[in-house]
Amino acid sequence: MAEVAFRGATKRFDGRAAVDHLDLDIADGELLVLLGPSGCGKTTALRLVAGLEEPDEGAISIGGQVVNDVEPKDRDVAMVFQSYALYPHLSVERNIEFPLRQRQVPADERRRRAREAAGSLGLTDLLDRKPRQLSGGQRQRVALARAIVRQPKAFLMDEPLSNLDAALRLQTRADIVALQARLGTTTLYVTHDQVEAMTMGHRIAVMDMGVLQQVAAPSDLYDLPANAFVAQFLGSPGMNLLPAVLEPGQPSARVSGGHLPLGEGAAAAAARAAPLVVGVRPEHLFLSPAGTLGATVLLVELLGAEVQVLCRLEDQTKLVVRQDASAPRPAIGEGVRVAASPGTVHVFTGEDGTRLGGPG
Amino acid sequence: MLPARSRRVRAVREAALGYLLVLPALAVFGVFVFYPFAQNFRLALYETPPYPGLPSRYVGLHQVGQVLTSSSFLQSLGATLLFVVIVVPAGLLGGLLLAVAAHRRLRGMTVYRLVFSSTVVSSVAVSALVFGTLMDPVVGLLPWLGLNPSPPILQNTTWALPAIAVMAVWQFLGLAFVVMSAGLSAVPEEVLEAARVDGASERTVFWRVTVPLLSPTIFFGLVVATIYAFGTFGQVDILIGYSNAAFEHVNLLVYDILNTIQVTKTPGQAAVLSIALFVLTLGVTLVQLRFIERRVHYGS
Repeated sequence: MAEVAFRGATKRFDGRAAVDHLDLDIADGELLVLLGPSGCGKTTALRLVAGLEEPDEGAISIGGQVVNDVEPKDRDVAMVFQSYALYPHLSVERNIEFPLRQRQVPADERRRRAREAAGSLGLTDLLDRKPRQLSGGQRQRVALARAIVRQPKAFLMDEPLSNLDAALRLQTRADIVALQARLGTTTLYVTHDQVEAMTMGHRIAVMDMGVLQQVAAPSDLYDLPANAFVAQFLGSPGMNLLPAVLEPGQPSARVSGGHLPLGEGAAAAAARAAPLVVGVRPEHLFLSPAGTLGATVLLVELLGAEVQVLCRLEDQTKLVVRQDASAPRPAIGEGVRVAASPGTVHVFTGEDGTRLGGPG
Repeated sequence: MLPARSRRVRAVREAALGYLLVLPALAVFGVFVFYPFAQNFRLALYETPPYPGLPSRYVGLHQVGQVLTSSSFLQSLGATLLFVVIVVPAGLLGGLLLAVAAHRRLRGMTVYRLVFSSTVVSSVAVSALVFGTLMDPVVGLLPWLGLNPSPPILQNTTWALPAIAVMAVWQFLGLAFVVMSAGLSAVPEEVLEAARVDGASERTVFWRVTVPLLSPTIFFGLVVATIYAFGTFGQVDILIGYSNAAFEHVNLLVYDILNTIQVTKTPGQAAVLSIALFVLTLGVTLVQLRFIERRVHYGS
């Protein structure tokens, strides 16, 4: 076990930075999730730690040692690939013990540890099978077993759940969290799925276009996003973002179709910049005749316990309102009034989306 | 759901269409491959072939026994087997090494790939002439290197066969390279990366991961190389010829068949030799399929 650190790490492909001056510390025993959309550089960052890519600038260190010039085989990290990358010609048992074989672990100990790892992931009955005889979920567990069979300094997981169906994903997600908690191994977990990130990570590092946007605990990230990108990327759907101007002398922001009330702090912060973008999460909006915002209903989606109402403002900006399924549902095409709960509106700069203040 | 009768009618129609579409290929193969192939078995039983309007002489299996026990056949068989044993492993290993070398993403690699695969499209005649010049005792590469076997290499009973084998390997390298390259590019990069992260050295990655994953390709190459080696004769025809002093040591089976028709003019005996070559090639291929293919790992 060890801490992992990026120090100004940059990796370019054809002149374009896939990872751009990344500074990030992952504490010993932490499960840190690297989150971002496709092409944001999160997988490249992971591959830098594995040694499968070399940084063009900066340093990567594992356990306090700079590993820039260390071969992947000597870094003592274990990686779980999106495609699982099992050895198709080897049995499950041989797959799991492969890393031990490379370290010249004696045969009987190799066997014992492979069986132990297999047992902890419910693979005992499958040891003689070849990967092609396994289901996706089973392959995934073999890949995990191969990672945990030795005690590496860190686990690197590259979207390990993305090829599983929804139910299995939920189960395996919980299994990985439990496994990581039991082993206490430093883990870097890459995903584009913000639900996975929110539920698994001790902390989440959000990346976009190769640049680290924010690192924080899941609740902090959700409640106090550092910028408009993070605000919109987290949450399902993300935060509603509306171009706005501060109404002179009032704690309120004028937006298309009406205005939204700002908390005192948010209003004070907003006074420092123009143009503005205000943000409010769908669950903090509700339909009410006394609402301060006029909108037209485009779509009403029932999700079971709740309903998502997709609306359009005068300037064509889209707005999602989430409300209880028991609340009266508007008709498509209907004109409605939307209100925001007090103290829920965030304020960002209109230029680069940096957070100014709010919600309180 | 259609009634059973009309479903049957439809099935018959579909089958008829299938046969109709196969017919042109079947006709070509029938006339130029299957019919001569069958006739060959008949021809093997005649000393003088039964050409229409000419006298013929039927000798039955007697001729088969005679040809297959003759010293010239046994010598030819020995030369052919030695040739196969040299050409197949050398061709495959050479192709594999070139493919691995060209698999790296380096500047200018396209040029190398083009060069490596070029022997596929070079004709046996042209390459034989080039090699013949290289092996010439006066103007060739060997005297320049200070090597001058006597008699000259292509008339030398010891060295003529290896020399022809080198040429055949060179000629086969292009195909082996193309096949192995295709196989290599189908090996998933992530599996190799997984092995590296799991602690494997590059050598281990190659022998324990790449080669097993490449085994279907290698096996295919093995079968093709064997058939190719058994069928080689062009280089012998162009560079050795039947009047050469070393001829008997380089008399590969196909060339022997050709000479038996053209020089000794005994097509019945040539037919026997053809059958022998066919049985040999088929036998070796079946042995490969039966015993070596077990060790091949086909992907998921």
